[in-house]
Amino acid sequence: MDSYKIQQHKFDVVVVGAGGSGLRATFGLAEKGLSTACISKVFPTRSHTVAAQGGIASALGNMGEDDWRFHFYDTIKGSDWLADQDAVEYMCREAIPAVIELEHYGVPFSRTEDGKIYQRPFGGMTTHYGKGTAQRTCAAADRTGHAMLHTLYQQALKHQAQFFVEYFALDLVFDSEGACRGVLAWDLNEGALHLFRGHAVVLATGGYGRTYFSCTSAHTCTGDGGGMVLRAGLPLQDMEFVQFHPTGVYGAGCLITEGVRGEGGYLTNGKGERFMERYAPSAKDLASRDVVSRAMTIEIREGRGIGEHKDHMHLNLMHLGSEVIRERLPGIAETARIFAGVDVSKDPIPVLPTAHYNMGGIPTNFHGEVVQRKGDDNDAVVPGLFAIGEAACVSVHGANRLGSNSLLDLVVFGRAAANRCAELIRPHTPHPDLPASVLDTALARFDGLRHAKGSTPTAKLRLDMQRTMQRDAAVFRTGQTLREGCANIDKVYAGFGDVQVSDRSLVWNSDLVETLELANLLGQAVATMHSAEQRTESRGAHAREDFPDRDDANWQKHTLSWVNDAGETRFDYRPVHMYTMSKDVDVVPPKKRVY
Amino acid sequence: MAEFSLPQNSKVRKGEHHPAPAGAKKPRTFRIYRWSPDDNRNPRLDTFELDVSNCPMVLDALLKIKNEVDATLTLRRSCREGICGSCAMNINGVNTLACTTGLDECKGDISIYPLPHMPVVKDLVPDLTHFYAQHAAVRPWLRTESAAPDRERLQSPADRKKLDGLYECILCACCSTSCPSYWWNGDRYLGPAILLQAYRWIVDSRDEDTGTRLDELEDPFKLYRCHTIMNCTRTCPKGLNPALAIAEIKKLILERRG
Repeated sequence: MDSYKIQQHKFDVVVVGAGGSGLRATFGLAEKGLSTACISKVFPTRSHTVAAQGGIASALGNMGEDDWRFHFYDTIKGSDWLADQDAVEYMCREAIPAVIELEHYGVPFSRTEDGKIYQRPFGGMTTHYGKGTAQRTCAAADRTGHAMLHTLYQQALKHQAQFFVEYFALDLVFDSEGACRGVLAWDLNEGALHLFRGHAVVLATGGYGRTYFSCTSAHTCTGDGGGMVLRAGLPLQDMEFVQFHPTGVYGAGCLITEGVRGEGGYLTNGKGERFMERYAPSAKDLASRDVVSRAMTIEIREGRGIGEHKDHMHLNLMHLGSEVIRERLPGIAETARIFAGVDVSKDPIPVLPTAHYNMGGIPTNFHGEVVQRKGDDNDAVVPGLFAIGEAACVSVHGANRLGSNSLLDLVVFGRAAANRCAELIRPHTPHPDLPASVLDTALARFDGLRHAKGSTPTAKLRLDMQRTMQRDAAVFRTGQTLREGCANIDKVYAGFGDVQVSDRSLVWNSDLVETLELANLLGQAVATMHSAEQRTESRGAHAREDFPDRDDANWQKHTLSWVNDAGETRFDYRPVHMYTMSKDVDVVPPKKRVY
Repeated sequence: MAEFSLPQNSKVRKGEHHPAPAGAKKPRTFRIYRWSPDDNRNPRLDTFELDVSNCPMVLDALLKIKNEVDATLTLRRSCREGICGSCAMNINGVNTLACTTGLDECKGDISIYPLPHMPVVKDLVPDLTHFYAQHAAVRPWLRTESAAPDRERLQSPADRKKLDGLYECILCACCSTSCPSYWWNGDRYLGPAILLQAYRWIVDSRDEDTGTRLDELEDPFKLYRCHTIMNCTRTCPKGLNPALAIAEIKKLILERRG
């Protein structure tokens, strides 16, 4: 093994990732006087939060009656009763100050005539517990994620946060008591390794969308935090729940916001029918995403698709008029023109359900502290380790996330994690020494992959994984396809032992970066497929054709999944929190989910 | 002073040639700038003949090369839909995003270089440290003195409209690195991207520090190295107009002189 010189840094807190949640945590920590490092594999404004379009949910009531309790109800119904209700209460209540805070930071929200933040309808967002349509989603045209991410980066600059940009996080460092003490990272520009010591490490590493062949996620959405957590021997939660966004551009997979339907756009099939009326008589095109994606898949399967292969649907917005498109949907007009060759004022956009969001992730409580089951304690905190944003499973999204609850999740729990760290950590607390051997495993792994001389290129293994997930962990699943999927994904996982890396450099070795990312993706692909196989019910985004009904008696519980180095999985369960934080709102008991 | 010939160690030599696979349905030729800091060799121009049947965009072709021909080819990429600004590079002489540039828009053989006049880290990856530092230097955040209200600050739709064409900037650096003034004086001239970012706050009706912002820009180098060459506006892959933003800043400074 090569010998590596490792530069050590000592901070109070280390944040890994500089998307919406990582940035919100970073400057929140700086504000509290904690010395903070934010390390990111991309420059902050390149993080995938930038691609969020439609908006951020908050019951401001700017466009009509609203109440955060309605938002609470909608989120739980959207989650198909798998969300932890205390955490949902926290998020929906905090949504109001969180969005006001964003506006004060300077987010260029679109405005109503009287100068307030503009809000649009979104899927599953209702008033009076399902009776009316809420206008709850605060928008900056259809570029809300971009507007928010840039503003959060600007706030981080204002607070003089310390960034380590284009540093790739390799592995977490734990002490002998199981407390997280730091993270080992690789500086791509200088080609050196760095150990970031922290009394807490906050994982804000995003989702693992790139396990699928067709996804709205960026190339960099490789779930690096989840990969590190699995290697640390900790479980991930609810990995079987993968959201397919109804409207990815056919072919390219780029996102077309649900805001199009919020503004009055609608889907049609090959017969020109507005088929959503049959599947969700009341909410129609604004039913939640799992419902719409299933309806589209059924239409295509039953031969009512569009095009030569009858394999996609149309999203119509021609009738909205050029002013609405120019004012509120300029970004998707551009995306449709570039990636589908469509002028949205004249023609519909060809769309298809596309892998979009991971409800599952690193289990946490509503402070962002990572939790695990320990004896009788279902909520035992892993000391020193936090997870926020898409990387985490709080769980506020349960089995299906509502659109515009993701941007909300980022800022609410980014802030919550910073506040919790400030409660737990005194600024500039000295760091205990760690044994010299603490990095041995991580370094051996890094060096081994850097010099990997197998015969299968990273790109080939990645394609095999993506095709397997696309085929066997899709919108609809059956026991048989999932069993085949498990065998297939296990084979790909085993194939990683034969991986071939061609670039040996330490400076910007993107071949090695992609290989390390593939390792992270593979663990989570295995967790997803096997978690899906063992859950014998249908709930939210997990639709089993052999078990079409929700089974609350046996399955209203979170799946915990471990994947060891050999790729073997193990499962346990945590109960869903069926209680609230306060008396301001009542628990929503499970009932049939109809839109 | 400007130098009119490249230093010896910058001269680009002929590189490797990767012929098209047998039976390629739609072959196109790519000439790609390569340089690695690991050896002491001059940069080279590699030629890749590629079957681009399944590659609508330039980025698709680059990733196909990386996946199937040469895994050491190095570039930044992320969102692949023109919003993150990672894959900015010079394609057939124009700074743009590889992910939103269709191969059908590119005539003949396709030459790809990193963004011009920036230090190169490796292959198509430029060092943007100075560009980011200049962005931070204009203190690009909302600056107010009055206490924040309990609810949102109000902003009329007309005032909000003034931010259109500005807030959409993705910091890809295509414009700044296309500007001859920035090439010569990039150490002190802020360049079109950063000036557009500065103007975004100057015209935001919520901001209360316009005077200071203009003071900080009123400088022969920071602002006035713009000579209205307009390459910035011509090249912006998002269709923004940094030259107009710069002209508006100059106008505001003139106006307040009275």
